[in-house]
Parts: sequence; C-alpha cells; structure tokens
Amino acid sequence: MKKLIILGAGTSGTMMANHLVSKLDKKDWNITIVDQYETHYYQPGFLFLPFDIYTTKQVKKKGKKFIPKGVNYVQEKIELILPAENKVTLESGKDLNYDILIVATGTKTAPDETEGMDGPEWYKSIFDFYTYEGAKALRDKLRKWEGGKLVIHITEMPIKCPVAPLEFAFLADSFFKHKGMRDKVDITFVTPLDGAFTKPKATAALHYLLEEKNIKEVTNFNIERVDYENNKIIDYADTEVEYDLLVTVPTNMGDALIERSGMGDDLNYIPTNKATLQSIDNENIFAIGDATNLPASKAGSVAHFEAEILTDNILRYINGEPLKEEFDGHANCFIETGNGKALLIDFNYTHEPVEGTFPFPGVGPLSLLKESRTNHMGKMAFRWIYWNMLIKGIHIPFVSATMTEKGKNYEEAK
Amino acid sequence: MKKVLANKEIDVNEEGYLLDFTQWNKEVGNSLAEECDIVLTPRHWEFIEYIHDKYNKEEPLSIRGIKKSGEFDVKEFYALFPGGPLKKATLIAGIPKPKSCI
Repeated sequence: MKKLIILGAGTSGTMMANHLVSKLDKKDWNITIVDQYETHYYQPGFLFLPFDIYTTKQVKKKGKKFIPKGVNYVQEKIELILPAENKVTLESGKDLNYDILIVATGTKTAPDETEGMDGPEWYKSIFDFYTYEGAKALRDKLRKWEGGKLVIHITEMPIKCPVAPLEFAFLADSFFKHKGMRDKVDITFVTPLDGAFTKPKATAALHYLLEEKNIKEVTNFNIERVDYENNKIIDYADTEVEYDLLVTVPTNMGDALIERSGMGDDLNYIPTNKATLQSIDNENIFAIGDATNLPASKAGSVAHFEAEILTDNILRYINGEPLKEEFDGHANCFIETGNGKALLIDFNYTHEPVEGTFPFPGVGPLSLLKESRTNHMGKMAFRWIYWNMLIKGIHIPFVSATMTEKGKNYEEAK
Repeated sequence: MKKVLANKEIDVNEEGYLLDFTQWNKEVGNSLAEECDIVLTPRHWEFIEYIHDKYNKEEPLSIRGIKKSGEFDVKEFYALFPGGPLKKATLIAGIPKPKSCI
C-alpha cells in the first residue's frame, strides 16, 4: 500500500483530498490529511465580518465535514517534515511515512515581525482583519468607534489576497456613510508599493475610486515600527503617519513548520516549480496554494486553479510520465468597491488585469475591470460556491484553470 | 523606447527601466544614477553588486531580504537611495522594477 499525505486542511488541502480520493485507486493508495485545527474558515468572509455584513457563523464550519470518506483525517499539530526520510513527525511523536507529500500549510500573519505592532495596543487601537480573531475584534471596535483617523496599512509584500486591504478601505467608506459619520472619519491607505494600484492599466481604470471615496494614499512606505504610545507608524525614511485606528496587514509568512523543517525561503515559502507545482528540492514533494513561493497571488481562486493541474500532475508522477507545465498563474478575483458594487479581475503571470466579459466571451454576465452590481452579487454568491463546490473539488462550470484570452481586451504584462 | 546613455544606445520602458540587462555596464549605471541625482560611491556599488547577485539567482528583492542579509542596514539603504530605494537601486542596476500586484 502506498501512502499520500496532505499537510493542511485549508482551501488547498481540502480540495486536493476531494480531487484525489476519486482519482487514486483505493487498492493501491492510502490518503491521509493532517491539520491541527478543528475549524475551517471561509477566509474571504473576514473582509465582511468587521462591517457586520457577515456573521461569525457564516465564515466558519467544522473542517471534518469537508474531508471525503476514504481519506484519513488526523487532527494534530505537525512537528517536522523529514524529506530525506520521506517521513512526517507529529507533535505526539508519531511518524507518518509517505510516498508522495503535498504541502498545503498556507500562510499566516506575523505581527511580531514589526516592532510595536502586537504590543499593548494590539486589538485596542491596532487590528488586523486577516484572522478570525482580528476581524471579530475589529467588528466590536467599529460598532462603537466614534471616528478619527483610520489608517489602512500593508506591512510588506507578498500578502494573501493583495486587493483585500483596498476593498477594506472601500467598504469602510460605505460603512461610515451609512452610519452618517463619514465626515468624522479620515481614511488613509498606506502601502509599501508605488500606489494602491500599481499596474498601469488598473491604475488608469480604477484610480478614480480613491478620489471618489476621498481615500488618501501614502505610497512607498516601508514600515520600521509602530509607535503605539504616540499613535503613529514610522517608516525607514522617517515618514510618519498618525492614526486613531490602525488596520494593518502584518507580514505574511509560511507556517513555522516549513522553517523548522528547513524547507522554506526567507518568508518560509517552499521553492516550487511555478508551472508544475513540484517542489524544487524533492521530486516526491508538491506544494500548493499560499504555501508556495510562486509569483502568483496568494488567493483561493489561484489555489482552485492549481488544484486541477496538481491533481493531473500527481497522477502523471505516479505513472512515471513527465509533468505538465501548465499552471499559468491564473487568478480571478472579485473586488468589493462598496455601495453594493464590485469589480472582477482576471490575470495571470504574463497578462495584466484586462477589460472584457466573464466567463462567456462577449456576453458576461460579469464585466472585467468595471464596477457593477452583478459583480457584487457574484462575490456574495461565491460564499455558497466555496462551501458547496469549490473545496469539495467540484468543477465550477465555464471557469478554466488556465486563463482564456477570448472576449478580453488583453495586453502583455511587462 | 531608445535612449542614449554613456554614448551607448539602450532600450528602456516608459519608466526608464532597462529592457535588456546585457546593455548595462558601469558607465550606464553611473549615467542612470546621475539622472536620479545620486553620485555613486563604493558603498553604492556594493549594494548594486548585491542586487545583481539576487537578480542572477532569480531571488526576489525585498527590504526584508536586505535586513536579513546581515551585510546591509535598511536605514543605510534608504540614505544611499533616497525616496524609494528599491525602485531607484533597481533602475540604476539595470534590472526590472520589483513586481507587485495590480
């Protein structure tokens, strides 16, 4: 009996378990998935939780529910991966041997990487919304906040779902307008990048949103520390930005397990072949989703497209066939712009976000790179798709793993 | 678009970044630095070498990487290339601007 182990039962790991259970012969293969946490979170929902748009119940379910029959589910912390011995050690000291390993341990926030961030003001005047705890604490804060300087801040790239901070800014504008207190809130978006949008096409198409919503931008800001005593963030060039409420996206890092096992880069991400998803260092180890160092967005849609290609490649690897170099970095994201509207963007390694229609060329119903109510409905419907189709590995009709150029006015990214 | 720098015709994009690294040499680097109002000192060149090394190894360039390198200090990097050090240093070094999202 051969053994395939999946580490992590988040979006990627759960999808892989569901794909592989029907593809691998049960007589020959034993599939195990390991995750220490009981709860599976709908992470895109963390954006809506602070504004009371979603309830806590809507963003979490028991993870076990989504692991198919025929897959062993081990709820335990993973201590170490030993690639040389094809073995994983669990916290209890128990060893699991594998023939094939899929690492899907994701990415985590690391506020302790920035001086002063998770100090005495953490979850008092400084919040994140990339964790369930952070989003919930921020919701409680926003319910009673009386206004002042709201600073939305990105610590460093890469981060999971790179547009979420911007969506947060848009939704905050809407939220305070509806509460009738927008005039009491000053919104500033602080980024280490060139701008809130950095690619020329997206900037041209979308910069008006910031002006329309009166959101100020501070760019090229590489934070050195949070001066929580004086309510300001300070960067390496000694630029200071004052806040009353700081909503930050802390440094994102791969799981500490990857560092302990000596398998990661500077940020604990696994060096991975960007077209095949095989790890660079070990031919029987594959990586998927946020755990990889791929130059693609760290997002569920990317993981979804990767899962279809990785499933094929695992089968090819088992059969001794050459792997398909097929993954093109395809990402597809809804961007909430507030007031019941959203944008949709579609891009990959080589193509910038484009204008056009999706998923049907020339028809839609969703429009790319343009605000619409239909796009917002799409984003809201996605929560159902996530729980009922996406993580169960059910193919989403008309949406292909690699990007299609039909019906889109595309341009090569430089 | 074409541009003449240090008596050499080079290809650059609309932001002034070189499109072909093989067209870069130290003189071109000096001229690019001049355009950014930076006079290159030996310490600048050490940074540029570090950037080229990263580029050749296809490792992404980041403030974190510089902090972790142990060889350089981030504050010093900012002092040497004021106003967007990664952007300016990569421009002078003749390599593409570090990537970002949208």
